[in-house]
Amino acid sequence: MNLRDTLTLSFETVVSYRTRSLLIVLAMALGVAAVVVLTALGEGARLYVVGQFSSLGTNLVFVLPGRAETSGGFPGAALGQTPRDLTLEDARFIGHLPQVKRYAPLNVGVAELTSGGRLREVTVLGSTSELLPIRHMKLSQGSFLARGSERSAQIVLGSVIAHEFFPDGKAVGQRIRLGDSRFLVSGVLAPQGESMGFNSDEIVIIPIDYAQELFNTQSLFRILIEARSRTDIEPARAAIRHVLKLRHDGEEDVTVITQDAILATFDRILRALTLGVAGIAAISLAVAGILVMNVMLVAVAQRTSEIGLLKALGAPAADIRRLFFAEALWLSLAGGAIGYALGNLGAWVIRLAYPQLPAWPPNWASVAGIATALLTGVIASLLPAARAARLDPVLALSGK
Amino acid sequence: MIRLAAITRVFRMGDQEVRALNGINLDIASGEYVSIMGPSGSGKSTLLNVIGLLDQPNSGRYELDGRDVTGLSETERARVRREKIGFVFQSFHLVPRLTAAENIELPLMLEGIAPAERKTRVDAALDAFDLKDRARHRPAELSGGQRQRVAIARATILRPTALLADEPTGNLDHRIGAEVMELLEGLHHAGTTLIVVTHDRELGARAHRHIAMRDGEIVADEK
Repeated sequence: MNLRDTLTLSFETVVSYRTRSLLIVLAMALGVAAVVVLTALGEGARLYVVGQFSSLGTNLVFVLPGRAETSGGFPGAALGQTPRDLTLEDARFIGHLPQVKRYAPLNVGVAELTSGGRLREVTVLGSTSELLPIRHMKLSQGSFLARGSERSAQIVLGSVIAHEFFPDGKAVGQRIRLGDSRFLVSGVLAPQGESMGFNSDEIVIIPIDYAQELFNTQSLFRILIEARSRTDIEPARAAIRHVLKLRHDGEEDVTVITQDAILATFDRILRALTLGVAGIAAISLAVAGILVMNVMLVAVAQRTSEIGLLKALGAPAADIRRLFFAEALWLSLAGGAIGYALGNLGAWVIRLAYPQLPAWPPNWASVAGIATALLTGVIASLLPAARAARLDPVLALSGK
Repeated sequence: MIRLAAITRVFRMGDQEVRALNGINLDIASGEYVSIMGPSGSGKSTLLNVIGLLDQPNSGRYELDGRDVTGLSETERARVRREKIGFVFQSFHLVPRLTAAENIELPLMLEGIAPAERKTRVDAALDAFDLKDRARHRPAELSGGQRQRVAIARATILRPTALLADEPTGNLDHRIGAEVMELLEGLHHAGTTLIVVTHDRELGARAHRHIAMRDGEIVADEK
C-alpha cells in the first residue's frame, strides 16, 4: 500500500470514529494550547520587564549607599554603625571618571505642593540637569533644570501634576510652593506612564541642593551613571567602586549595580520561569500521549477482525503497522494544529486584556508544542501498531 | 497447482496437543472445484487456512504453482496471498466504515494500483456482481446476499488463481445461498480454482471433487 492510500485510509478511519477522535484531538489540543499560552505569558512577562528596565536608560550603572551582599558584611554593621553617607562630593568624583559619560545624583522624598488654593502630596526627585538624558525623559513644555544653575529654585512638573495645578496648560513661568519654599516652574515632563512601578507623571523634580535642604539630608538616595559605551559599563563599575572605597576610608560600603546585570538576571529568571511552565504544560501533552496509546490499543482490540481481514487480503504486517501509525499521526497533527490555533487565540485574549503585556508565544514554544504532540502521538502508537501488525491472521479473523 | 505433502498443524490447548492437520497429502490441479467436508474440529478450516497461507504448518511441504511457499517470510506470504488467493468468509468480513465500492477497492489499494485504474476495475466488478446501485452503500445498508457479493467481488478483484470459501452460505438463507453458489461456480467456469469448505452435504455435493476429513486426516477423496 502506498503512502497516499495509507494516509487517506487512516484519515477516513479517524473521521469515521468521530467521538473517539474528537476526544483525543481535544486532549492533544489542550496540551499544545497550554504550552503556547503559558510560554506566551512567560515570554510576555519577560519582554515586559526587560522593556520596562531598558526604558530607564542605556548603559546605566547605579550606586546605592550600603552593601547589598550579606557575605562578609562590613565591619561597621557589627558595631551598630550605619554605612557612610553617599554624598554629592562622591557623585562629583564619579563624574570625573573617564568611563562615565554623565551622572545624576538622586534624592527622593515626599512633600506638599501648593498653588492657587490647591494642595497635594507629591513625590519629589532632587537631581541635576543630567537626569533628563540619563533617564530618557522628555519635556512637553519649557526646559529642564538649567545646567550650572542648580542653586536657582526651579521645578519641573510631571504631566499629571501640571494638569492638576495648571489646567489651562500654562505652567511654565508660574510660581508654585513646595514645602516651605517657592519654586519657578521651568518645564513640564511629557506623559510617560508607569515604568518599573514608578509613575513619572506624578512627580516633581527640583535641583538636588534644594531637595537635600527640603529633606534635611546629606546622603544621596542613588547616583545614576551613564557609561560612555556598553564596553565601558564594567570598567566604570570597577572604577566607581575603587573611587568610593578610597573616599570611604577603604571600606566598600556602597553597592554598585549595572543595568545590564539586573537585566540579565531578570532575563534569566523569567526565561527559566517560561521554560518551567512550558515543561509543566508539556506534561499534559504526555498525558494526552498516554490517552492516544490507550485509545489506539482499544482500537486494535475493536478492529481485530478487520486487521485479520486485511491480512487475508494480502496486507503485509508493515502496511498494518503504518495504517495505525498514520491514524495516530492524523490525531496528533489535528491536535497540534487545533492546539496551536487555540493557544494563539488564548495569547491574543491575554494581549487584549493586558495590552502592556507583549504575550506573543515564542516560536520555539509553538514548534516544540506541536512537535511534542506529534512525537508523543507517534510514540504512543508504536506499541498498538506493533500489536496490530503481530496479530495472527487466523485468530484475528475469528475476532479473538 | 496446490501440492501439500505431509502437512501437519499442531495446536497447543493447555498441556494438550491437538493435531488439527495430521500428515495431509493433497494435490489440487488448476481449475478444479473441490469441496472439503467434515464435522467441526475435523481440521477442514485449518486446511483451508494453510492453503491460503494464513496459517503455517508445523511440518510438511507446500508448493503453490510450483513454488515452495512453506518457508516464506511474512511479507512474502502476504504478497502470495494478495496475488494468488481470494478468501470468501461465512461472516463476509466487510469493513463497516467503507462503502461497497471501497471494500472492493481494498486489495487494489494494497497492491498499490493507481487510483484511475482502481476506479475502472471497481466499476467493472460492481457491474459484474450486479452491485452498481449499491456502490455507495455501507455494509450495514446491504442485505446478506449483497454483502457476500461484495465480499466475492473483493476476493476476485485481483484475479486470484484460487478462491477459498469457508462456509460461504452459512449466514444466508437457502435461496440467496444458492445464488451465491451459482456466482462462485460461474467464477470456477471462468477458470478459477474453487475450494469450498462446508458441512452442508447438499452444498458439498455440487463440487466436482469431494474431500472428507476427520480428526485432521483426509478420510475420503472422490471425484
